[in-house]
Amino acid sequence: MADTPPFRYVGKHRRAVEHRRFVTGQGRYAADIRLPGLLHVAIVASPHASARILSIDTAAALAMPGVHAVLTGEEMQPELDPMLPGVDAPEVRRFPLARGIVRYAGEWVVAVAAETRAIAEDAAELVEVEYEPTPHVVDPEAAIHPGAPLVHPAHGSNVIFRREFVWGPVEQDFTAATHSLSYRVRWSRSATVPIETFVCTSAWNDATGILDVWASIQMPKFPDLLARCLRLPGNAVRVHFDVDVGGSYGVKRGLKHAILVGYLARRLGRPVRFLEDRLENMRGGDMQGPDRIFDVALAFDGDGTIRSMRMRALDDVGAYSGRAPLQLGKPVGAIVGPYTIGSVAYEAISVLTNKTPQEAVRGFGQSPTNYAIEIGLDKVARFLGLDRIELRRRNLIPADRFPYLIPSGTHYDSGDYAAVLDKALAAAPYAELLRQRDALRAEGKLAGIGISTCLEPSGGNSSFEPLFNPKNTTTTWMDSCLVRVDLSGAVTAVMATSSSGQAHETLVSTVVGEVLQRHPDSIRVIHADSLNALPSNSPVGSRMAIMLGGAAAGAAKRVRAKLLRIAAHNLGVAEAELGWEDGSAFVMTDPSRCLTWARLVEIAHREFHSLPPGMEPGLQEKFVWEVPTGGMLPTPDGRIQMYPCHSFEAHVVLASIDPETGKVALHRYVVGHDCGVMISPDVVHGMTYGGVAHGLGAALMEKFAFSPEGQLLSGSFMDYLLPSAQEVPAITIVDHCTPSPLTEFGQKGSGEAGYLGGPAAIASAINDALAPEGAAVDALPMTPAAIWRALRAAMVARTEPVREPA
Amino acid sequence: MSAPTSPLATVEIVVNGTRRRAVVEPRTTLVDFLRDHLGLTGTHVGCEHGICGACSVLLEGDPVRACCLFAVQVDGMSVTTVEGLAPARGQLSKLQDAFCEAHALQCGYCTPGMLIACHDLLARNPHPSEAEIREAIGGNLCRCTGYQQIVDAVKLATGQGAAHG
Repeated sequence: MADTPPFRYVGKHRRAVEHRRFVTGQGRYAADIRLPGLLHVAIVASPHASARILSIDTAAALAMPGVHAVLTGEEMQPELDPMLPGVDAPEVRRFPLARGIVRYAGEWVVAVAAETRAIAEDAAELVEVEYEPTPHVVDPEAAIHPGAPLVHPAHGSNVIFRREFVWGPVEQDFTAATHSLSYRVRWSRSATVPIETFVCTSAWNDATGILDVWASIQMPKFPDLLARCLRLPGNAVRVHFDVDVGGSYGVKRGLKHAILVGYLARRLGRPVRFLEDRLENMRGGDMQGPDRIFDVALAFDGDGTIRSMRMRALDDVGAYSGRAPLQLGKPVGAIVGPYTIGSVAYEAISVLTNKTPQEAVRGFGQSPTNYAIEIGLDKVARFLGLDRIELRRRNLIPADRFPYLIPSGTHYDSGDYAAVLDKALAAAPYAELLRQRDALRAEGKLAGIGISTCLEPSGGNSSFEPLFNPKNTTTTWMDSCLVRVDLSGAVTAVMATSSSGQAHETLVSTVVGEVLQRHPDSIRVIHADSLNALPSNSPVGSRMAIMLGGAAAGAAKRVRAKLLRIAAHNLGVAEAELGWEDGSAFVMTDPSRCLTWARLVEIAHREFHSLPPGMEPGLQEKFVWEVPTGGMLPTPDGRIQMYPCHSFEAHVVLASIDPETGKVALHRYVVGHDCGVMISPDVVHGMTYGGVAHGLGAALMEKFAFSPEGQLLSGSFMDYLLPSAQEVPAITIVDHCTPSPLTEFGQKGSGEAGYLGGPAAIASAINDALAPEGAAVDALPMTPAAIWRALRAAMVARTEPVREPA
Repeated sequence: MSAPTSPLATVEIVVNGTRRRAVVEPRTTLVDFLRDHLGLTGTHVGCEHGICGACSVLLEGDPVRACCLFAVQVDGMSVTTVEGLAPARGQLSKLQDAFCEAHALQCGYCTPGMLIACHDLLARNPHPSEAEIREAIGGNLCRCTGYQQIVDAVKLATGQGAAHG
């Protein structure tokens, strides 16, 4: 690692604060919350992709002992406001329970609340729902044709969002370029699939008028959205952010779950819980990810210089929309990847179909786009007979051109892409990989090397909201922290969201310890609830190292500044004459004149007579800060600074394929990674390993497959395959550090690391392995069956003579 | 007409060395029994169809999926859960300690099952190779770690070096 400033705690190995409770079974997840009188919910879901609900008979279910409510959409909807989409489509209304019409198989129709989950399930079996199936559409390309069945007739179209952006002289660049090629790639529907499903427990108090909520969520503005949908003032909903969330990586939104449970708790005057089982989670949990068809054209010269790109991305968001269409917006901020592509035309189309709704997935749409770009780089190299690494070198943004403005209006803050690629190749080492690949080929295996060089935007700004919805003028995307020093001198930091494995308590205590020069292990970090929290936007968009880290540092610096003022006042010197070490202030020219931490705290809390005139007593400071580079609306032609910071990853992979079965094995996996200064290297590496594994799943194994009738075919872990330790290879990470000029310590985000370049690299390796056979796979996941079919098709093409038309 | 039989069953097991008893419906799974009736929420539920391994516990010393057993099936038997892995209250087992040191977890949800699988491995094989470690945890799914630091932790616990990070 180069150029890391000297820190005492930042960047050092440190045990995560959170681990001790997790390894001893003392975590506190939402399902561990036990309230007296708790009722349990079971769901009756639609068996049809599209149908009218003719009647619902709840009598038998209601008559069962132990059943407290059997709720329908008919009853519930008039008392709620709808969940609205992130784009301007007010007729695409969404409620927890269907009313009159069901739009996907698995959609919630009836909710039963009972003394136990088992009774609730028994009663749910007794609910009679009569449906009349109506025409449905599950293919996104069919859905945009005129005459396709409309998922939301009131919206008037299945296209919920469509915009074509042109940034720069695309036409001229395509005309001037020596070559162009076009291709189609398919990113299939997968998701992060956390091992914990959604859980929400709520309790309503008639006397206080407060709805308490414990939920496994990771969602920006969740308390506000929940209160609005329940038609409650914001101060009537108290979301407890101190529950441990069992993984999320984007998907744990769970708004409809919380609305349903909150509604029932208020109506019944009893605490209510809904805990999804796995099948409910996969089908009706509304957490499936991007599902895209990319049509891409690249214009390039004979030397490999890529001048321009046209990209059309058609994304199937399923039957209802939350923030899903915005996942086509975030990639605008890295639409040229790490390359000097001079102009881009980008058409983003979001389509409604009769499938499970899409939700945010790690990278918020960036990994599919990175995959689509990287496949193109490999195709250009193959077309020109150029080495894929050399082609990348010729197109990577040079290190001396940062900050670098890309055509769509985002400045990349800093980077040295060639250096990171070189480090990854050296670690492989690449020459050895080539030798191994050829040895595998000599054994009769198909073997290939994969390369990807991908952007990892971080710092989670909301710029895609106004970009994709002119009525949305949100430019604020702050985060915050409060630091308090108590009478004993102990430090407590308060953060404002729940965590789902990102070790935020470790992050905050490290940062506050660094600023105050107090040992991080002595610093307590707590998660507020939404009624006493400072404003936050939750850990999305790889933002917390930057935003929470920055807020924690800001609050700690205010505490330090206050203590220095107290010291200056009491020592009779100017603040500029003071130094700060180990939490004590001293006169730099005479260090024997000092005030210790204990003494300063004593003055702040107990000796008003020793405080500088006008100073508030006590010792706590908050810091709320706007995302760096944020605060701007897009230009009329759709240029915008998307995220502030830009991490980078270069993957190098050696893969082999068994030609008889199509089964893939990964023999070597190296990631060169630059996310600036790492505050907690162990955490960054952990996320990167995990991101690679998740990318492997998306590339090779995971798919929410639907039948032509709109039935989910992979709703269990027997069909939706998650990578195990047997599939994920040993991974080597090579760090590099180009500090961000925009952040407190030079850090960038890394929560999406590994996943943003992994699928592209694995696809690259598979296609390198298939190339000698004349085969290629341009759709994910590249399952053994898909690879076998590609090999078979290539063999047939080779052996069958081309028939001339008669 | 015979009298209806009681729908409830009494189950008594020894959990983490302590004899515990509860009256449950026969359809209660072992994991629900542990969590809901005995208050041992350290064991987690991930899939309820025996794939993810989050609910793993040791039954008579052998790892099992607690979601795929009924409590009544284990009546009279001994069960070890994640709460019972540490040698004493306030301490950590060598593996638990190594998991913390090597950052072998993130969200912690699969961790109890992983620890059970690894404790079982080390009971059978004190010096496992990397391939043996991967095989032993092959039935436990983790979505956070990519397994790398879990493998590192097991190596660390067995004196096979492996630096943190």
